Amino acid sequence: MTLLQIDNLSLNILGLEILSDVRFEVDRGDVVGVIGESGSGKSMTALSIMQLLPHGTEVSGSIRLDGEELLTKTEKQMCAVRGADVGMVFQEPMTALNPVKTIGDQVAETVMIHRGASRTEALSIARETLNRVGLPEERFPLSRYPHELSGGQRQRVVIAMAIALRPKLLIADEPTTALDVTTQAQILTLLKRLVDEDGMGLILITHDLAVVADIADRIVIMKSGEVVEAGPAVQLFRAMQHPYSKALMAATSHHPVRNAPKVELDAVPVLEVKSVVREYALPRKSLFAKPGAFRAVNEVSFKIHKGENVGLVGESGCGKSTLTRAILALEGTQAGEIRVGGELVTTKAGASAAARRKMQVVFQDPYGSFNPRHKVRRLVTEPFYLMGRDAPTGSALEARIAEALENVGLQPRDAEKYIHEFSGGQRQRVAIARALITHPSLIVLDEAVSALDVSIRAQILDLLADLSERLDLSYLFISHDLSVVRAITDRVMVMKAGKIVEAGETEAVFSNPQHEYTRQLLAATPDLEAALKRREIASA
Amino acid sequence: MAPYLLKRLISLVLSLLAASVVIFLVLQVVPGDPASYMLGMNAQPETVEALRQQMGLNEPLVWRYLTWVVGLAHGDFGVSYTYKVPTGELIAQRLWVSLPLALYALLLSTVLALPIGIISAAKRNSAADYGIMGVTQLGIAVPNFWFAMLLVLLFSITLRWFSAGGFPGWNAGFFVALKALTLPAVALALPQASILARVMRSSLLDTLSEDYIRTARAKGLTRGQTLVRHAVRNALIPVLTIIGLQFSFLLAGAIIIENVFYLPGLGRLVFQGITQRDLIVVQSVVMLLVFAVIIITFLVDMAYALVDPRLRSRA
Repeated sequence: MTLLQIDNLSLNILGLEILSDVRFEVDRGDVVGVIGESGSGKSMTALSIMQLLPHGTEVSGSIRLDGEELLTKTEKQMCAVRGADVGMVFQEPMTALNPVKTIGDQVAETVMIHRGASRTEALSIARETLNRVGLPEERFPLSRYPHELSGGQRQRVVIAMAIALRPKLLIADEPTTALDVTTQAQILTLLKRLVDEDGMGLILITHDLAVVADIADRIVIMKSGEVVEAGPAVQLFRAMQHPYSKALMAATSHHPVRNAPKVELDAVPVLEVKSVVREYALPRKSLFAKPGAFRAVNEVSFKIHKGENVGLVGESGCGKSTLTRAILALEGTQAGEIRVGGELVTTKAGASAAARRKMQVVFQDPYGSFNPRHKVRRLVTEPFYLMGRDAPTGSALEARIAEALENVGLQPRDAEKYIHEFSGGQRQRVAIARALITHPSLIVLDEAVSALDVSIRAQILDLLADLSERLDLSYLFISHDLSVVRAITDRVMVMKAGKIVEAGETEAVFSNPQHEYTRQLLAATPDLEAALKRREIASA
Repeated sequence: MAPYLLKRLISLVLSLLAASVVIFLVLQVVPGDPASYMLGMNAQPETVEALRQQMGLNEPLVWRYLTWVVGLAHGDFGVSYTYKVPTGELIAQRLWVSLPLALYALLLSTVLALPIGIISAAKRNSAADYGIMGVTQLGIAVPNFWFAMLLVLLFSITLRWFSAGGFPGWNAGFFVALKALTLPAVALALPQASILARVMRSSLLDTLSEDYIRTARAKGLTRGQTLVRHAVRNALIPVLTIIGLQFSFLLAGAIIIENVFYLPGLGRLVFQGITQRDLIVVQSVVMLLVFAVIIITFLVDMAYALVDPRLRSRA
């Protein structure tokens, strides 16, 4: 008998159809990768299994766990199933734990409510489980609070809560999306190990095909609330049938067409960073002690020439965001120089308006980086404040707005809309239009495509590549996603603990990494093709 | 925890010093000379001058400030210009009414508001929620002195359960005194409870949409268990802030209610002090209230740290 059997699952929220006729199954010891973009219904499918759906949801069809129908269970019966028979791990480890309770208590709680175990007993099971997920007692006593742990460690705690009672089925909804690549690799390995040890079924929900390629036995591809294709992993990847699956596959490994720019090395660089140091004061150890300092950026130097696209990669906390803020003159530096188009921006007075005009930025979150009360017209023309009296007015202004919007593939009439009228991908286009409007020579792209779905990401990458070539723009492309950096940059710099440990031509660095850390990063980056080859060799 | 405590303590002392300077300076620029006020309209300038001399009003500003602050530190608040008795005694008498009244009202308001807010949030969009929201809206809108008069009409005049006003003093017996404070406390507590219930509700609703609540549900906790074990404690921080603000308000802001019920409280004392230019009384009461507010803020900060471990580790 299969462990989980989903049949004809349909779901609507207040009349809006979210899922229709979803069907797939999970066997014991099987890893099923459920893949889809935002809005595909993959998370709703998971929440249907847990029966943790929002108010006003109507569900029909059948979800059977071990032969037992879940959809007809009462809320009380479901409470006995959740956490005991089915465990769930969510995307955001930073917020998934209660900040005011210790990790020991939170893991023990699962045991206490289901087994009626005493606190001591539950805590000893919690200890055992935390050891199992790689949080040993010496470094992670039960008395730790979530804020004392890193993202990856917190995700391990969440996993411990989910598997403490050895459930039959574990659902992991984008469990590694918020994590660095090396942490992601560790968490995936952990999940796979737990599946093998406990023989449980695992539903691994993700938007990233490459993430599941290594460990999934079966793949289910979803789009707009329907399953478009399902089958054994390697077989499905090798012979995709549905056009959507193929498009998704193509978008994942999309490389925009780019011609290497002709770099004039003796011209004034667009950006020059020379031995920059950025330190943060640490809290004083005692009242009279001198406060220590944390060096977030340590003697970093590089140049970006006109038309060049340069990548900056590294894991969270490596200092790349701090460096970005220093370049954008949003924060001061403690030593070194930053020049934009030859002009010094690390002066006491800060960057001049003229210098700021030459560099613009696009941030990660297309939802949070706009004032929702302003029209697109105002949002994109805001950088004109930097031009003071030289800012265009009247028909010249209209022409600039139209130009910027058309450059990013939007219509001039979109200027009269509010930001909530746009999708995530379109918003990122508006953000790029805002960056383009002052005709800058450098755009800093801070994880600019990380929050986008793969198909949208491919479009934005094409747009960026086209703009760079057409307008002779330079990019500083900051990302934790190595495959995206490989697709769009000419040169890449690898940053670790505030220092650039390796820099060079992108292809050269990726195909022949010199530094140990670069090698680690590359090894941890999910690679669909390599994973499939490994598995084909293993099964042959 | 220790660095957090120390930091809070230092800020407490500094705030007190800063407040004393501001209070002293502000009262110097208030028009109206206490000496001429005490002697009446037709007093001879020489007499007024002599009184000013006697009251120390001609000393340099800094000297007067220092004398006052040093006196405060010794518990010497100076002598009231109009009552001719030590201000400290005056305040102490009044404090024995105002402080219990404020605490009583705060207790009532908290005991009433927290469960109501929790129920309202837990049963969001139910009839109970709408009912509670309606009643609390009314509670905020209705002025407390009018509500106080309604209470008097019902409980004192019609039902004759409580006296309509006055305070027999604590010597008359604890429960007798408490009974006299009950109607004023209720009148003070209801608007506060309405605000607090709404804050509790919205804070809890915010908390209930947090990721860790979903995690708790995925562990198999029922809605009720999730609420009690995970949501309420996290939702308490904004509520504590409001409770702190309300206590400071209740201590001094009961002036109208004190008048409605003929209670000899601090509010009335300071009101009389202002009308009679009894600057030393005003100055001392205001300083005392500032002291109370700062101490309460300090206690609320301590309460935050108890609730939230993140504050304890952040020095």
